[in-house]
Parts: sequence; structure tokens; C-alpha cells
Amino acid sequence: MTVIEPEVGSTILSIQQLSKVYAGGFAALKSVSLDIKAGEIIALLGPNGAGKTTLISTICGLVQPSSGRVLVAGHDITTDYRITRSLIGLVPQELTTDSFETVWNTVSFSRGLFGKAPDPAHIERVLRSLSLWDKKDNMLRTLSGGMKRRVLIAKALSHEPRILFLDEPTAGVDVSLRKDMWAIVSELRESGVTIILTTHYIEEAEEIADRIGVINHGELILVEEKRALMAKLGKKQLELELFDPLEALPASLAPFGLELSANGLKLIYTFETTESGENNISSVLEALREAGITFKDLHTSQSSLEEIFVGLVNQPASKPVQGAAI
Amino acid sequence: MSKLLSNVMNYYAVLAIYKFEMARMRRTLLQSIVTPVLTTSLYFIVFGAAIGSRIQEVGGVGYGAFIVPGLIMLSLLTNSISNASFGIYFPKFSGTVYEVLSAPVSTLEVVLGYVGAAATKAIILGLIILATAGFFIELRIAHPFIMLLFIVLTALSFSLFGFILGIWADNFEKLSIVPALVITPLVFLGGSFYSTDMLPPLWQSISLMNPVLYLVSGLRWSFYEISEVNVWVSLIGVSVFLVICLGVVYAIFRTGYRLRP
Ligand SMILES: Nc1ncnc2c1ncn2[C@@H]1O[C@H](COP(=O)(O)OP(=O)(O)OP(=O)(O)O)[C@@H](O)[C@H]1O
Ligand SMILES: [Mg+2]
Repeated sequence: MTVIEPEVGSTILSIQQLSKVYAGGFAALKSVSLDIKAGEIIALLGPNGAGKTTLISTICGLVQPSSGRVLVAGHDITTDYRITRSLIGLVPQELTTDSFETVWNTVSFSRGLFGKAPDPAHIERVLRSLSLWDKKDNMLRTLSGGMKRRVLIAKALSHEPRILFLDEPTAGVDVSLRKDMWAIVSELRESGVTIILTTHYIEEAEEIADRIGVINHGELILVEEKRALMAKLGKKQLELELFDPLEALPASLAPFGLELSANGLKLIYTFETTESGENNISSVLEALREAGITFKDLHTSQSSLEEIFVGLVNQPASKPVQGAAI
Repeated sequence: MSKLLSNVMNYYAVLAIYKFEMARMRRTLLQSIVTPVLTTSLYFIVFGAAIGSRIQEVGGVGYGAFIVPGLIMLSLLTNSISNASFGIYFPKFSGTVYEVLSAPVSTLEVVLGYVGAAATKAIILGLIILATAGFFIELRIAHPFIMLLFIVLTALSFSLFGFILGIWADNFEKLSIVPALVITPLVFLGGSFYSTDMLPPLWQSISLMNPVLYLVSGLRWSFYEISEVNVWVSLIGVSVFLVICLGVVYAIFRTGYRLRP
């Protein structure tokens, strides 16, 4: 069962037209395709019931795919499950632990289950890195929720996986633990582990992911480099506070699509940044000067990922977002 | 050895599951041992002393000795089923089964771990009963090897059956209903505590439809060479049951029934 170490940058996970229809007839995944490179961190966003957990569960062998296929390091998850599953670590969304086991035993159990010879030094490293070392002899039921979450991460890391799935790792976790979790993720990335996580905290995706995928109604409606996504879909606004109220917009400003506030004291110019960065700000300011409009203050704002996200999932289902690479 | 084994199968996984399941038993060690010792003693006092003083001999064997194979069989069946069904039902219920389902393990390995542990426990308890009986009566085992074979085959096949039950059950009631409503009556009606020769002819033929009768009869033959049905029929019967259960477990994992939606 020796597996060649996947090269950083090569495709480690390839999801091809994956669909899942549950027994009741509910289509939870609709032809999802996605390639993930070794060493990448990808965040999956989507509202409740979008199909994030279903996608992860299918790749990990918990849910049977209805059609399509998934390759892990080039191996099919159904026919070569021994190889693919030993490359994967999963931290499930639900906190489920055996109450009467100790931390040490449950993590060692996981390592054995995934076919690895005992290695106390590795287990110790994992427990220390998750600040669980002093709890190693505690029964799981005596741990707090946040600690249990870490135990689940330790279990998933016990067999040295190359891909780690984190299904809402920071749900119900306090701010400091969330920061810890982010640190753990970036440490793992240093060691070359590919990470796929789901989250409802947009700032989390913004903080740690390289790429962001958005799932809605079982469809992957968008996958984009985080930076490109922000630049591409992020609307920018320029707000100008005027000295004197305006009755109406002068005709010379009409082409720019400016908005005038109700009290006539504020002009709002909304523009989209293109990848080359070109926009009409200077022309707008020029036109204002020519019209003799003076302003006392100005500021620009950019929409956050959160606003982008809300904008996306509120679109009707099955209509791909314009210009988004899928 | 482990190196060699780990090339052909996920040996560490089998070991991990087996040890995990055995640890569950160790946590309740005292109760695991005290219960069979106590119940066996009670059976001997009630059945052996009270009833046995009226029934002198059955088939040339003292009544106390006559019921030993039946007692062992009762314990084997109920413990195999409850150990194995609980072993898989509980992780399914609590959700921890996700780990086994996402692990690189084959059906055979999962079964070896869970069913192997359940059968081991049942066999240990069966032997404790045998030893306890030795305090009350003089034990005579004509075919120790066949006796062990019977005990092992019964424990394995009924642990498999329990495993299936644990996967099928989606609530605690279903989990306990089969042992209570099916197995216990079958054991009591299967000639554990009497010989079917004592029954009217009609009931004798009906008893022959009770699968447990074949188990008890076969095990009793290995002790005293007396049996209601040919020992080979018993051996083949329990082996067929084992194979059927294996087939069902295999089908369950193939189709993902109640485990993988
Ligand atoms: N075993 C199942 N049988 C039938 N339907 C299911 C099953 N599991 C999930 N579903 C349905 O599939 C859809 C997707 O569920 P999934 O758990 O993948 O969503 P999610 O994106 O992870 O949501 P959340 O953010 O709430 O965790 C939901 O409508 C859910 O009801
Ligand atoms: Mg989910």
C-alpha cells in the first residue's frame, strides 16, 4: 500500500461530473466538477443544505455517488479505495466521539484503522501541535466542545494524510480557538497537506483559502482564486461629500451613472474593477471640476466576500454566474 | 508477521477494531464474569437440584450434566448476538461509525474486527459456564475437539447474525426484540433443558423445525454422545447458517444498506 508522494502543484483531487441523488429522490449534487492541486487550500461556501457535506462525504466514502467519478492522486475512489482513503483525513461536521475512550487511545485507534503501524512519536507530535498533550489521558466525555473538535482533527491527522477535509472546523468555536485553527491550517499547508474546508464564516475563507468555491442547490456555481474573485466581482464605490447641495445631476455627468443622495449632498459612483485595473475615476473627477462641483471629502469602499457571496446565492438556481469560471 | 500480514490486508485496522471492542468488555470485566457464573449456579440450583431430584436421568445422563450443553448454548447465542449487535449499532447511533466507513478497510476486515471480538467474548463466557458447571457436576466430554468446533462455529455465526441485526436496527427496541422474542424462546423450546423424546409425537416433529435444537443436540453429542439429530446434520446446519450470514453482510456492504446513503 505504498503511495508515491503527490508533487506540489499537480492535481491531487479530481472531481468529475459528480452527482448524488439521495434515496428519497433528492438531488444533493448536480454534476459537480473540480480539480484541486496538491498543497492548495480551498474553501467551500454555501448556505445550509447546499451540498457541501454531501460532496465531502462522497469523496471520503461515506456516501455513494450516483454518477460521475472522483480521482485522488490519480486513483479512483471506488475501485482503489484502499489507496485513496489512506491519503485522506476527514474532520466531520458533527462532533462525534466515543465518550469512554481516552484521547490517546482514540487517536491511536484512528492510526491503526487507516492501516499505519503504531508510531507514538507521531501521535505525540499531533497532540502537542493541537495543545492536547496534557489531556492525553482524559476521557473524551470530560473534554469541552472545542477540545473535542481538536481531538477529531488529531484523529484525522493520525495517519499522516495528504488531503484533509475540514467540514466546518470552526462552527461553535470561540474567537481564540478559531485563530488557533487558522494557525494549524497554515502549519499543515507548510507541510504540503492539501486542505478542503467548508465554512459559513466568510472572513475565514478570506483569511486562509487560496481558492474559493461556492455551492448552492447542489451546484458548484463558482470557483475562483480568492484574489481574482474579490477583484472581479468586488464592486467599488466612490463617495463624494459635497459642499453645496445639488438639485439634479448636471447633464455632463450622465454617462458615468452617478447617484445623487436624497438630500443632494452626496454623490455615489459605483464601478467594477477590471483585471487590468482600468476605471473612469479620473474622468469623473474631471467632469465634476468642469461642472464646478466641489467636494469636501471622499472615500472608496470595496464589497467584502460576504456581500459577493450573498449576491451569488440569491440568484436563481441553475443559472451560472456570468463570467465565472466553473 | 505483522509486516507480512499488512501486505495482504489492513491488519492494523482489524487489530484496532478488535482491541477497541475487547476494551469495551474489559471495562465491565467483573460484571462480564460474575453474570455467567451466577446465572449458571442459579440454573443448577433451580433446575439441577429441584427438578433434577425428580428427573433422575435423561438418555443415561444425570439431569445436571444433561443441561450443561443447553446452558452453554443459551449463553453463546444471547451473548454473540448482543455483543455484535451493540458493537455496530452504537457507533451507528452515535455517529462515530463515520471513521470506519471512511477508512481503507474491506468488508472482511470490518467483520473480522467486530465479529471476531464479539465471538471471542461469547466463547470466553461459554467456557466460564463450562468451568462453573464443573463445580456442580462431574464433567465428561467425549469429543473435546468437536465441542470446541461447535462453540466456535455457533459464536461466529450468531455474532455475524447480531452484526446484521445491529446494522438493520434503527432503534433500541428493534435491537432487543430479536434476542428476547426469538432466540430465548427457541433455546427454551429447543431441548436445552429436556429431551424432545419426552414430548408427544406432534411436538417432537414441530421441535425439529427449531434450528436451535440442532445446535443443542450437536453440542450435547460432543459431551455425551447422545443426540436428537445426527451430529453431522448439526454441523452442516450451523456452517450453512454461517455462510448465509456472511453473504448477507457482504451484500450489506456492497449496497451500503443502512450504512452508506
Ligand atoms: N442521508 C440523506 N438522505 C436524504 N437527504 C439528505 C441526506 N443527507 C443530506 N441530505 C440532503 O441533502 C442536502 C444537502 O445536505 P448537506 O448536508 O450536504 O448540506 P450542507 O451544504 O453541508 O449544509 P450545512 O451548511 O447545513 O452543513 C440537504 O437538503 C439535505 O437535507
Ligand atoms: Mg454540512
